[in-house]
Amino acid sequence: MSTRHLRTPLAKIEGLGAARTGTGHFWHERITAVALIPLSIWFVASALAYVGAQQGAVAAYFAEPINAVPMFLFIVAAVYHMALGLQVVIEDYIHQEGLKIALLVLNRFASWAIGAAASFALIRMALAGH
Amino acid sequence: MPDMRDSQGPTARPYGRPLSPHLQIYRWPITMAASITHRATGIALYAGMLLLAWWLIAASTSPDAYAIFIRVAANPIGEIVLFGFLWSLAFHLLNGIRHLAWDLGYGFHVPTARLTAALVYAGSLLLAAAAFAVALMVRAGLGV
Repeated sequence: MSTRHLRTPLAKIEGLGAARTGTGHFWHERITAVALIPLSIWFVASALAYVGAQQGAVAAYFAEPINAVPMFLFIVAAVYHMALGLQVVIEDYIHQEGLKIALLVLNRFASWAIGAAASFALIRMALAGH
Repeated sequence: MPDMRDSQGPTARPYGRPLSPHLQIYRWPITMAASITHRATGIALYAGMLLLAWWLIAASTSPDAYAIFIRVAANPIGEIVLFGFLWSLAFHLLNGIRHLAWDLGYGFHVPTARLTAALVYAGSLLLAAAAFAVALMVRAGLGV
Protein backbone atom coordinates (compact mmCIF):
# COMPACT_ATOMS: atom_id res chain seq x y z
CA MET A 1 0.00 0.00 0.00
CA SER A 2 1.59 3.22 -1.08
CA THR A 3 1.55 6.26 1.18
CA ARG A 4 -0.75 8.24 -1.07
CA HIS A 5 -3.60 5.91 -0.13
CA LEU A 6 -3.15 6.97 3.50
CA ARG A 7 -4.38 10.47 2.73
CA THR A 8 -8.05 11.03 3.46
CA PRO A 9 -10.31 12.30 0.66
CA LEU A 10 -10.59 15.61 2.54
CA ALA A 11 -6.79 15.96 2.73
CA LYS A 12 -6.57 15.29 -1.03
CA ILE A 13 -9.12 17.96 -1.81
CA GLU A 14 -7.57 20.52 0.53
CA GLY A 15 -4.19 19.84 -1.06
CA LEU A 16 -2.29 21.56 1.73
CA GLY A 17 0.38 18.88 2.12
CA ALA A 18 2.96 19.68 4.77
CA ALA A 19 2.06 23.37 4.84
CA ARG A 20 -0.61 22.60 7.51
CA THR A 21 -2.75 25.60 6.60
CA GLY A 22 -3.63 27.40 3.42
CA THR A 23 -4.25 31.09 2.89
CA GLY A 24 -6.69 31.36 5.83
CA HIS A 25 -4.18 33.09 8.09
CA PHE A 26 -3.21 35.63 5.43
CA TRP A 27 -6.84 36.33 4.51
CA HIS A 28 -8.07 36.73 8.11
CA GLU A 29 -5.18 39.09 8.84
CA ARG A 30 -6.31 41.24 5.87
CA ILE A 31 -10.00 41.16 6.76
CA THR A 32 -9.29 42.29 10.33
CA ALA A 33 -6.84 44.93 9.01
CA VAL A 34 -9.52 46.45 6.78
CA ALA A 35 -12.06 46.37 9.61
CA LEU A 36 -9.59 48.02 11.98
CA ILE A 37 -9.09 51.08 9.75
CA PRO A 38 -12.47 52.68 10.62
CA LEU A 39 -12.75 50.97 14.03
CA SER A 40 -9.40 52.21 15.35
CA ILE A 41 -10.05 55.75 14.09
CA TRP A 42 -13.44 55.65 15.83
CA PHE A 43 -11.83 54.32 19.02
CA VAL A 44 -9.15 57.03 19.18
CA ALA A 45 -11.73 59.74 18.51
CA SER A 46 -13.94 58.34 21.30
CA ALA A 47 -11.08 58.01 23.77
CA LEU A 48 -9.82 61.53 23.02
CA ALA A 49 -13.28 62.99 23.68
CA TYR A 50 -13.24 61.41 27.17
CA VAL A 51 -9.73 62.42 28.29
CA GLY A 52 -10.02 63.65 31.87
CA ALA A 53 -13.68 62.60 32.12
CA GLN A 54 -15.17 61.00 35.23
CA GLN A 55 -15.71 57.24 35.47
CA GLY A 56 -19.48 57.73 35.31
CA ALA A 57 -19.24 59.59 32.00
CA VAL A 58 -17.17 56.82 30.40
CA ALA A 59 -19.55 54.14 31.73
CA ALA A 60 -22.53 56.11 30.41
CA TYR A 61 -20.85 56.37 26.98
CA PHE A 62 -20.50 52.60 26.74
CA ALA A 63 -24.03 52.05 28.07
CA GLU A 64 -25.24 53.27 24.68
CA PRO A 65 -25.45 50.44 22.09
CA ILE A 66 -24.26 52.82 19.35
CA ASN A 67 -20.94 53.05 21.24
CA ALA A 68 -20.78 49.61 22.86
CA VAL A 69 -21.20 47.69 19.59
CA PRO A 70 -18.34 49.38 17.66
CA MET A 71 -16.16 49.07 20.77
CA PHE A 72 -16.91 45.35 20.91
CA LEU A 73 -16.09 45.00 17.21
CA PHE A 74 -12.86 46.93 17.76
CA ILE A 75 -11.83 44.60 20.62
CA VAL A 76 -12.64 41.43 18.63
CA ALA A 77 -10.91 42.59 15.44
CA ALA A 78 -7.87 43.96 17.29
CA VAL A 79 -7.41 40.86 19.44
CA TYR A 80 -7.72 38.48 16.48
CA HIS A 81 -5.42 40.64 14.34
CA MET A 82 -2.74 40.84 17.04
CA ALA A 83 -2.90 37.07 17.65
CA LEU A 84 -2.33 36.46 13.91
CA GLY A 85 0.43 39.08 13.74
CA LEU A 86 2.44 37.90 16.72
CA GLN A 87 2.07 34.31 15.50
CA VAL A 88 4.02 35.25 12.34
CA VAL A 89 6.69 36.99 14.41
CA ILE A 90 7.09 33.87 16.58
CA GLU A 91 7.21 31.57 13.53
CA ASP A 92 9.81 33.81 11.87
CA TYR A 93 12.26 34.17 14.74
CA ILE A 94 11.86 31.16 17.05
CA HIS A 95 13.32 28.06 15.45
CA GLN A 96 13.48 25.73 18.45
CA GLU A 97 10.35 23.60 17.97
CA GLY A 98 9.34 23.14 21.63
CA LEU A 99 9.77 26.81 22.54
CA LYS A 100 7.99 27.84 19.35
CA ILE A 101 4.92 25.74 20.13
CA ALA A 102 4.88 26.96 23.74
CA LEU A 103 4.98 30.60 22.57
CA LEU A 104 2.30 29.97 19.91
CA VAL A 105 0.00 28.56 22.61
CA LEU A 106 0.87 31.38 25.02
CA ASN A 107 0.14 33.94 22.27
CA ARG A 108 -3.36 32.52 21.75
CA PHE A 109 -4.02 32.32 25.49
CA ALA A 110 -2.81 35.89 26.11
CA SER A 111 -4.72 37.45 23.23
CA TRP A 112 -7.96 35.63 24.13
CA ALA A 113 -7.53 36.56 27.80
CA ILE A 114 -7.03 40.25 26.95
CA GLY A 115 -10.02 40.17 24.60
CA ALA A 116 -12.23 38.40 27.16
CA ALA A 117 -11.28 40.79 29.97
CA ALA A 118 -11.89 43.88 27.83
CA SER A 119 -15.16 42.48 26.44
CA PHE A 120 -16.46 41.51 29.88
CA ALA A 121 -15.80 45.02 31.23
CA LEU A 122 -17.49 46.53 28.17
CA ILE A 123 -20.58 44.29 28.42
CA ARG A 124 -20.82 45.09 32.12
CA MET A 125 -21.09 48.80 31.26
CA ALA A 126 -23.38 48.14 28.29
CA LEU A 127 -25.86 46.19 30.42
CA ALA A 128 -25.65 48.35 33.55
CA GLY A 129 -29.09 49.61 34.51
CA HIS A 130 -30.87 47.37 32.01
CA MET B 1 46.02 32.46 8.91
CA PRO B 2 43.64 32.31 5.96
CA ASP B 3 41.43 29.27 5.71
CA MET B 4 41.87 27.77 2.25
CA ARG B 5 39.12 25.20 2.43
CA ASP B 6 36.68 27.39 0.56
CA SER B 7 38.86 27.16 -2.56
CA GLN B 8 38.54 23.38 -2.71
CA GLY B 9 35.30 23.17 -4.66
CA PRO B 10 31.62 22.90 -3.87
CA THR B 11 32.01 20.29 -1.11
CA ALA B 12 34.38 22.46 0.97
CA ARG B 13 33.00 23.96 4.18
CA PRO B 14 32.27 27.67 3.82
CA TYR B 15 34.86 28.89 6.36
CA GLY B 16 36.56 32.18 5.56
CA ARG B 17 34.13 33.17 2.86
CA PRO B 18 32.65 36.63 2.95
CA LEU B 19 29.29 36.57 4.70
CA SER B 20 26.26 38.29 3.27
CA PRO B 21 25.52 41.56 5.10
CA HIS B 22 23.34 41.40 8.17
CA LEU B 23 21.66 43.98 10.40
CA GLN B 24 24.76 45.47 12.07
CA ILE B 25 26.62 46.36 8.89
CA TYR B 26 23.78 46.79 6.43
CA ARG B 27 22.86 50.28 5.31
CA TRP B 28 19.24 50.73 6.39
CA PRO B 29 17.05 51.51 3.38
CA ILE B 30 13.91 53.33 4.53
CA THR B 31 11.76 50.48 3.21
CA MET B 32 13.54 48.02 5.51
CA ALA B 33 13.23 50.42 8.44
CA ALA B 34 9.49 50.74 7.78
CA SER B 35 9.11 46.96 7.65
CA ILE B 36 10.90 46.51 10.98
CA THR B 37 8.98 49.42 12.52
CA HIS B 38 5.71 47.82 11.38
CA ARG B 39 6.53 44.69 13.38
CA ALA B 40 7.80 46.66 16.38
CA THR B 41 4.68 48.86 16.50
CA GLY B 42 2.51 45.75 16.14
CA ILE B 43 4.15 44.23 19.21
CA ALA B 44 3.80 47.56 21.06
CA LEU B 45 0.08 47.64 20.23
CA TYR B 46 -0.28 44.10 21.61
CA ALA B 47 0.97 45.48 24.93
CA GLY B 48 -1.22 48.53 24.40
CA MET B 49 -4.30 46.30 24.33
CA LEU B 50 -3.48 45.46 27.96
CA LEU B 51 -3.81 49.17 28.76
CA LEU B 52 -7.08 49.32 26.85
CA ALA B 53 -8.40 46.34 28.84
CA TRP B 54 -7.30 48.05 32.06
CA TRP B 55 -9.07 51.26 31.00
CA LEU B 56 -12.35 49.41 30.33
CA ILE B 57 -12.11 47.31 33.50
CA ALA B 58 -11.43 50.43 35.58
CA ALA B 59 -14.32 52.31 33.94
CA SER B 60 -16.67 49.38 34.59
CA THR B 61 -15.61 48.90 38.22
CA SER B 62 -15.78 52.08 40.30
CA PRO B 63 -14.74 55.76 40.45
CA ASP B 64 -11.82 54.73 42.70
CA ALA B 65 -10.55 52.10 40.25
CA TYR B 66 -10.87 54.65 37.43
CA ALA B 67 -9.01 57.28 39.47
CA ILE B 68 -6.03 54.90 39.76
CA PHE B 69 -5.94 54.47 35.98
CA ILE B 70 -6.15 58.24 35.44
CA ARG B 71 -3.38 58.91 37.98
CA VAL B 72 -1.05 56.52 36.13
CA ALA B 73 -2.09 57.80 32.67
CA ALA B 74 -1.62 61.47 33.61
CA ASN B 75 1.84 60.79 35.05
CA PRO B 76 4.68 61.99 32.73
CA ILE B 77 5.75 58.37 32.15
CA GLY B 78 2.14 57.45 31.48
CA GLU B 79 1.90 60.29 28.98
CA ILE B 80 5.04 59.09 27.20
CA VAL B 81 3.54 55.57 27.02
CA LEU B 82 0.23 56.95 25.71
CA PHE B 83 2.04 59.02 23.08
CA GLY B 84 3.95 55.88 22.10
CA PHE B 85 0.64 54.02 21.82
CA LEU B 86 -0.84 56.77 19.62
CA TRP B 87 2.22 56.87 17.37
CA SER B 88 2.38 53.06 17.14
CA LEU B 89 -1.29 52.95 16.18
CA ALA B 90 -0.85 55.75 13.61
CA PHE B 91 2.22 54.10 12.09
CA HIS B 92 0.71 50.61 12.00
CA LEU B 93 -2.51 52.02 10.51
CA LEU B 94 -0.80 54.03 7.75
CA ASN B 95 1.78 51.35 6.95
CA GLY B 96 -1.01 48.75 7.06
CA ILE B 97 -2.82 50.69 4.32
CA ARG B 98 0.51 50.63 2.40
CA HIS B 99 0.58 46.85 2.83
CA LEU B 100 -3.03 46.53 1.63
CA ALA B 101 -2.10 48.55 -1.48
CA TRP B 102 0.75 46.10 -2.14
CA ASP B 103 -1.72 43.22 -1.73
CA LEU B 104 -3.75 44.80 -4.54
CA GLY B 105 -0.61 45.12 -6.65
CA TYR B 106 0.07 48.85 -6.27
CA GLY B 107 3.18 50.68 -5.06
CA PHE B 108 5.93 48.14 -5.77
CA HIS B 109 7.99 50.54 -7.90
CA VAL B 110 11.08 51.18 -5.75
CA PRO B 111 10.96 55.01 -5.75
CA THR B 112 7.23 54.75 -4.89
CA ALA B 113 7.91 52.30 -2.04
CA ARG B 114 10.59 54.67 -0.66
CA LEU B 115 8.30 57.68 -0.94
CA THR B 116 5.34 55.93 0.75
CA ALA B 117 7.63 54.72 3.57
CA ALA B 118 8.77 58.32 4.19
CA LEU B 119 5.15 59.51 4.04
CA VAL B 120 4.15 56.88 6.60
CA TYR B 121 6.86 58.05 9.02
CA ALA B 122 5.99 61.73 8.58
CA GLY B 123 2.24 61.15 8.59
CA SER B 124 2.28 58.95 11.69
CA LEU B 125 4.28 61.53 13.66
CA LEU B 126 1.88 64.29 12.56
CA LEU B 127 -1.21 62.22 13.44
CA ALA B 128 0.18 61.19 16.83
CA ALA B 129 1.21 64.77 17.66
CA ALA B 130 -2.21 66.09 16.58
CA ALA B 131 -4.06 63.45 18.63
CA PHE B 132 -1.88 64.16 21.65
CA ALA B 133 -2.48 67.91 21.30
CA VAL B 134 -6.24 67.28 21.14
CA ALA B 135 -5.99 65.13 24.27
CA LEU B 136 -4.19 67.93 26.15
CA MET B 137 -6.78 70.47 25.01
CA VAL B 138 -9.70 68.25 26.06
CA ARG B 139 -8.10 67.67 29.44
CA ALA B 140 -7.60 71.42 29.90
CA GLY B 141 -11.33 71.81 29.23
CA LEU B 142 -10.79 73.85 26.06
CA GLY B 143 -12.94 71.56 23.94
CA VAL B 144 -12.29 70.99 20.28
